[in-house]
Amino acid sequence: MADDLPLILGLVLVAVAGTATVLVRDPVRQSFLLSLLGLALATVFLLLQAPDVALSQLAVGSALTPLMVLLSVRKVRRKARSERREEHE
Amino acid sequence: MSMRLRLCVLAVGGLGVAVLFVMACFDLPAFGGLWHPYGDRAVHAALARHTANTVSSVNFDQRAFDTLGEESILFASVVGTVTLLRQTHGEDRLPPEPVRVAPPVRRYALIALPVTLLIGLYVIAHGQLSPGGGFQGGVVVATSLHLLYIAVDYRALERIRPVGMYEVADAAGEAAYLLVGAAALLTGAAFLANFLPYGTFNTLSSGGTVPLLNAAIGVEVACGVVVLLARFLDQAVEIESEGRDDEAEART
Repeated sequence: MADDLPLILGLVLVAVAGTATVLVRDPVRQSFLLSLLGLALATVFLLLQAPDVALSQLAVGSALTPLMVLLSVRKVRRKARSERREEHE
Repeated sequence: MSMRLRLCVLAVGGLGVAVLFVMACFDLPAFGGLWHPYGDRAVHAALARHTANTVSSVNFDQRAFDTLGEESILFASVVGTVTLLRQTHGEDRLPPEPVRVAPPVRRYALIALPVTLLIGLYVIAHGQLSPGGGFQGGVVVATSLHLLYIAVDYRALERIRPVGMYEVADAAGEAAYLLVGAAALLTGAAFLANFLPYGTFNTLSSGGTVPLLNAAIGVEVACGVVVLLARFLDQAVEIESEGRDDEAEART
């Protein structure tokens, strides 16, 4: 049991981060939580002796995907803002 | 269908899946046990082919066809992104103005850049020896280039990143994997079979075709990720919808 404690903590963190990502509705906050989820998953993979998978998860799950979400949100919001302004004019 | 009936159907379906899932879970071997029939065979095959990293041996030798599929998925998604995010009619390209970078950020990002690049190349080259490989190393290489955006500005990144070249290299990486696979046909072996001498165990030249396929994947993934991020960054930083955007916004 004591040996499994880090793994159990990691799995709990994954569950919490995953649930929070679904429950939070704002895409910007979601992307930060997604990054946290990626970090937690990478830790779990590392504890399960799969450093290959952990490395991919760290790069793609906690850096690349949230970054692409953030960039898309930025583009969409700018467009929405300029269209709103056009309606006012 | 009323809401109530829908929920009933959902409950029946969910219950069925739950029962099957629990039954399947009881049939699994115990977690973390000492009996690994698949693992034992994979390790045995990896050692027979002089590949120290069993995961690489499985990915690039024993099941190289699976990796070809994964590589093609990445390639197809990069092509799709390039097509969807291209500059269209009514969109202007405004060069973003540089913003002053805090000196500590600049210093540490510039120190981290060559180190990260080296680590990425190391991970690709040692794919058959240590954890990592073409995919992981490729992503690390691509990430390291973007440290230049953090350290200096977007124009500096654009200078070391001619997107057209990276697109060509991306396709070349994809093609190299297929060509190494097809080269096996010339020697009379099956497609993607390991046809090169296995080399000395635990050295850089071991593993036969594994390092070559790793390098092909490394080039494809690094260039693919750079192109992918370039398109997303272009859309977020440079491309404007015809004179609508706020001037202040355009400068950031």
